[in-house]
Amino acid sequence: MSKFKKKKKGVPAVNTAALPDIVFMLLFFFMVTTTMRETSLQIEAPRLPSAAEVKKLEHKSLVITIYVGKAKDPKYGVGYNQVQLNDKIASADDVPAFIINAQSKVSEAEVPFMTTSIKADKESSVGVISDIKLKLRDVNALKLSLSATPGDN
Amino acid sequence: MARRDIPEINAGSMADIAFLLLIFFLVTTTLNVDSGVSKKLSQKPPPDFVPPKIKQKNIFEVNINRNNELLVEGERMELKDLQEAAIKFIDNGGGVGKPNEDGTPGNPCDYCQGERSETSSDHPNKAVISVQSDRGTEYGTYVAVQDELLKAYTVLRNRLAKERYGMLYTELEKAYKDSQRQDESIKKKVDDIKKSYPQIISDAEPTSAN
Repeated sequence: MSKFKKKKKGVPAVNTAALPDIVFMLLFFFMVTTTMRETSLQIEAPRLPSAAEVKKLEHKSLVITIYVGKAKDPKYGVGYNQVQLNDKIASADDVPAFIINAQSKVSEAEVPFMTTSIKADKESSVGVISDIKLKLRDVNALKLSLSATPGDN
Repeated sequence: MARRDIPEINAGSMADIAFLLLIFFLVTTTLNVDSGVSKKLSQKPPPDFVPPKIKQKNIFEVNINRNNELLVEGERMELKDLQEAAIKFIDNGGGVGKPNEDGTPGNPCDYCQGERSETSSDHPNKAVISVQSDRGTEYGTYVAVQDELLKAYTVLRNRLAKERYGMLYTELEKAYKDSQRQDESIKKKVDDIKKSYPQIISDAEPTSAN
């Protein structure tokens, strides 16, 4: 009986040495997924205009982004009017195909709620933007958001 | 020299540090929401479409030239004065509004506080703001102009909402959003204000740069 009595010596401490490992694993997972989200930019990061009347875009999966700005690669020219669709520099004429492709990836019921977000540089010209707008109208993608940073001009 | 015992490093607080970093990254990822000036494009008109006649006095013309200068109703204007001019135009209420849905003639604007001038807009639901820009206009200026015009509508909507419901329009909208778009009574109010001051901003085809 004395053998059993010996064991009664309080609860042993839980070994927490492996806890940091678990947490670090989670940490690395989130760090990696954050950097992977955005498409790699072929244009210089657009300096968005600022506006006070901005609306937040909800439902990230229903947002199609079109970038307009200055291409990193000088072979496309130095103006601020290059259009980037997916990972490539393209022109406004490629917009309908790009939109239809994006629309085919979501269910039909959600298509009318899709929003096209144009992220254009301050110094881009309105000509390119209106070309894109006309093309968007051709494929009936009518919800548009001109991306801007919130704040007073 | 006797070998000294290296004391064990206490790793108990390591988890705290890692958690702190984890929470930091979690928060910064969700904060990155896209925001922008929302616009609704008009549908593509059928080929035989005849544009409706709009009286000149119901159109507020804003031209932006390629040097990013504004011409409003034929006069040069600074960007900072645009909002006031737009409010004056929208809120004029010089005549009667659009005919109602049941065909009865429209009512005069009883909530407008403008000058009721004969030469400016008849009713907020008839007042069209037309923005014409040049192909060479800078996008930043274009967005700033759109923003000023939207601000003008917000000022008017806020004023009316305060009068009718004792609450700003922006607050009403937020309350509706907070209720997960379920609250019918707030929706009614929001729609009422929206109908009283509908945003009619049309983008005319830009003029060519050459």
